[in-house]
Amino acid sequence: MADKDAAAGGHGGGGLDPLHQFQIHSILDINIGGYDVSFTNSSLWMVIAAAIGYLLIRQGAGAGALVPTRMQLIAETLYMTVANMVRDNVGDAGRKYFPFIFTLFMFLLVGNLVGMVPGSFTFTSHIAVTFALASVIFIAITVIGLVKHGLKFFTLFFPHGAPLATAPILIPIELISYLSRPVSLSVRLFANMMVGHTLLKVIASFAIMLGVVGGIAPLALLVGITALEFLVAALQAYVFTILTCIYLHDALHLH
Amino acid sequence: MVDDQLRDLGKRVQAVRARRATELRGSGGASRGQASGGMAIGLRIVIEMVAALAVGVGGGLFLDAEFGSSPWCLIVGFILGSGGAFANVLRTARDLDARQKREREAAIASERADGLDEG
Repeated sequence: MADKDAAAGGHGGGGLDPLHQFQIHSILDINIGGYDVSFTNSSLWMVIAAAIGYLLIRQGAGAGALVPTRMQLIAETLYMTVANMVRDNVGDAGRKYFPFIFTLFMFLLVGNLVGMVPGSFTFTSHIAVTFALASVIFIAITVIGLVKHGLKFFTLFFPHGAPLATAPILIPIELISYLSRPVSLSVRLFANMMVGHTLLKVIASFAIMLGVVGGIAPLALLVGITALEFLVAALQAYVFTILTCIYLHDALHLH
Repeated sequence: MVDDQLRDLGKRVQAVRARRATELRGSGGASRGQASGGMAIGLRIVIEMVAALAVGVGGGLFLDAEFGSSPWCLIVGFILGSGGAFANVLRTARDLDARQKREREAAIASERADGLDEG
């Protein structure tokens, strides 16, 4: 406790810790077979994000009217965005993976946007969450590629047309490059969300520390950065999904 | 009766959408995309680079701990990781290049189509 206070004081007083928002605390303690599987605030917001995503689509697509209501228009726009993304980046073979990709996109988009609500928790700002998602995608795509192409899948690790003598160097490099995909995928999302939310908190604490008169400039900046954060939230969900599509395309078509 | 109205509405929506698309392409659409895109591209390339290096070094350290061969696997892993980092950067750059070229060609093609419509 004393350490924490000292650390907060070191940041310039006021007891404002910009990283406090990322703390995970247990809401409901659950212990199964020695493993801590407590229901935390992170899990709570994941459930909320999934529920909002489900209700949005359910509410929107339920009516199915020819002249859409606002809700239906939102649902249809989201659906069309992902449908076009899958068609452009994976091709017709990707159609059967559309439900998964659409679910992924909705989960991340709603999760990122729900995190912008003051007092909420952004579960995508934890690498544990994003890396778990990226690992599932990575393993699934590797298995899809192996099932679809058998041993021919391993030609992915040797660039087409390179001389055979370069294989001992090229294959490990390509292998590492392939293994780095889940890392870059998860780090990109987690880093963007965490940096954004920390920045918001830091600038907000400037506004508080400088008082009513001096705090106007940081407050104005804060308004601009908040808008930028909404852009980042939507963009990062989109980027995560589009890269999943590109990796899926690689596994389905091998170059 | 209702069908006619709907078809009319559909036509109007489509016309507005086409006009909006050409307007966006003409005015500032491209430059605005580039301004915020530079940072995003930079960040993307950095993350690709660091990720490959992290996998190489991490794998090397893991193998060293497993076989007690310190520091040889780390050295090899670092070198291969650097190679992987450059491979990732090259692939990303090529991908971005191809995307840009495709967009430019699409813009030129649609402009030509517009010209034919009017002429």
